[in-house]
Amino acid sequence: MSTYAAASMPQPGNPGPSQQAAGLAQPPSSLQVAADRGFRGLCKGLAWLTAALVAYIVIEIAVKAAPAMRTYGTDFLTGTTWDSNAETFSILPEIWGTLYSSVLALCVGGFFGLGVAIFLSEGFLAEGIQKLLKRLHLAHRPFWCTLPERTEQVLRNLIELLAAIPSVVYGLWGIFVVIPALRPPAAWMFEHFESWSLFSTPLSGPGMLPAVVVLSIMLLPTITALSRDALVAVPAKLRMAAYGMGATRWETILAVNLPTAARGIFGALVIAFGRALGETMALAMLVGNTNRISLSLFSPANTLAALLANNFPEAGPSDVAVLMYAALVLLGITLLVNIAGSALLLRASRNSEGAR
Amino acid sequence: MLERDEDGVTRDRPTHEVLDPFRGVDLGALEHSLRRPRTAFNAFLSWFIGGITLLALVPLFSVLWMLFSRGVQRLSVAVFTQTPPAPLEQGGGFGNAIVGTLVMVGLAMLVTVPMGVLSAVFLSQAEPENRLAQVVRFAAKILTGFPSILAGVFAYGAVVLATGSFSAVAGALGLSILMLPTITLTAEDALRMVPAKMREAAVGMGATHTQTAWMVLLPTAVPGIATGVMLAVARAAGETAPLLFTALFSRYWVMSNGHLDVMQPTASLAVLIYNFAGQPYDNQLELAWTAALVLVLLVLAVNLLGQRISARRID
Repeated sequence: MSTYAAASMPQPGNPGPSQQAAGLAQPPSSLQVAADRGFRGLCKGLAWLTAALVAYIVIEIAVKAAPAMRTYGTDFLTGTTWDSNAETFSILPEIWGTLYSSVLALCVGGFFGLGVAIFLSEGFLAEGIQKLLKRLHLAHRPFWCTLPERTEQVLRNLIELLAAIPSVVYGLWGIFVVIPALRPPAAWMFEHFESWSLFSTPLSGPGMLPAVVVLSIMLLPTITALSRDALVAVPAKLRMAAYGMGATRWETILAVNLPTAARGIFGALVIAFGRALGETMALAMLVGNTNRISLSLFSPANTLAALLANNFPEAGPSDVAVLMYAALVLLGITLLVNIAGSALLLRASRNSEGAR
Repeated sequence: MLERDEDGVTRDRPTHEVLDPFRGVDLGALEHSLRRPRTAFNAFLSWFIGGITLLALVPLFSVLWMLFSRGVQRLSVAVFTQTPPAPLEQGGGFGNAIVGTLVMVGLAMLVTVPMGVLSAVFLSQAEPENRLAQVVRFAAKILTGFPSILAGVFAYGAVVLATGSFSAVAGALGLSILMLPTITLTAEDALRMVPAKMREAAVGMGATHTQTAWMVLLPTAVPGIATGVMLAVARAAGETAPLLFTALFSRYWVMSNGHLDVMQPTASLAVLIYNFAGQPYDNQLELAWTAALVLVLLVLAVNLLGQRISARRID
């Protein structure tokens, strides 16, 4: 008590608390005001720079593409030959390959990604382990009782790990694991279903199917993460109402959760589609880089991104403009898809906020 | 259930009255039995979705297994200290590629960290209806989904064509376009998480915006910002497409005559894997797997570090 009192008493040598406060309460000096203005201007300027960067990227690519646009015009988009000796360039096979591989990968990746998202959002794993532990009479033991939650966490981390692996490593894995693994079933399919256009060519190493398999694995974490967010955001009262009316869990998921989260899930798929369109390395390593339009899953093909990756390193000055034109086409497609996807996700999140 | 009679005596209600509403209901029908189609369908779908999840994890384990079984064979000190072998040459390593990756990611960080964090300061201070903030946020979102190859195309046009040579600077520019949006958006989130009362206390004491930002907001948000930087670095370190025709590749060290030469073609781990994966020589293929293992470990280490930092914030 006494020390407190002594400490709070103004000491004769020091200024009292009121004087100290008066010393602090000064208006900022002109230097501080200038520093403040400068810093705020700097922050604002850098923010401007971010926005300007996007515009600069688009303009830079468009300006470099302009000579080719003048020379080749819209024939560039509709022709099927790429021959630098004859100076004939057109990218219809690449546009086809880009869209075809992305759509197929989106179907496969979307199916699995959404499945995993439902599995994670409903906590099936934790529940299953909990049931098992109860059977074994371990559910309330100190170590075991935390096990369900921890395995759930491990599963989530594993799915995130899929996203952390660089695409070039997936490409390497695709060359040495996926292609050899797909050869026997592909040969069998070709033998028995040759008349179907999907299986009308043999798989001779790289081709559309291995590329799609690897691409769908790369899309899975994106789809899972975003659609899990949408599913978790479904208001609990909607689910409870469904349960209360006697719906089983899956009836609730199919009739309540998925339709409510539909917009968010659709946004996730569009974002993933944008990723698939721009994905380069795995495709450049697996798709076969052949200028061909074919429905066959086993036929080699090419995509816009792979075309850029393969031709830019050795591009001469005249090729650069053509490649820039191809890049501009890819830029246009991906920007469109990405803007649509973010708009959908934004509307979905606004909607679920309103429902709560 | 308790009920008060006219005479004020409380007594139990007869139980059959309570159960009355359920008199016509077959309670057995609510039984959870797999013999009923609805519950059987339910159980089937639960197992089915479990199977799908398991199947989705197969590629992950396959990738990890291949990385370890084939990558460990060549793992030795030599691969970290030697330069890539020429075709048909034995031995060699990818020390210069590791240094090249670190140099380019480091250069990209030098630009993107200040730029991203400071624009995040602006974004977090701006009112919700601020037009510029909306535009910047939109631009950053567009850049998050930007194909990495186009970042390379841009860097090629802006640096390689302008200077006339492939260089580490061009590679770093390509990487920084991919890093910038992650850093900006996570830093904005982290700055917004700073409790409003801390900011209000600083402003109430007469601090200028700048003083508030430097002494209150940024120090408090450091873990969140660092996590964003780590995520961006982890992504950039694994990127190949922006480096493929900007930094190209080199069999030599990025250092020449004892100082860093950033205007030369520069090797990177990712491009080395891509180049060697397409070669028919066993030596190069083995090195590609070892480089893939090193790259994945590097990326995972940076990711884990980022998660560690953000976990500390919650404590």
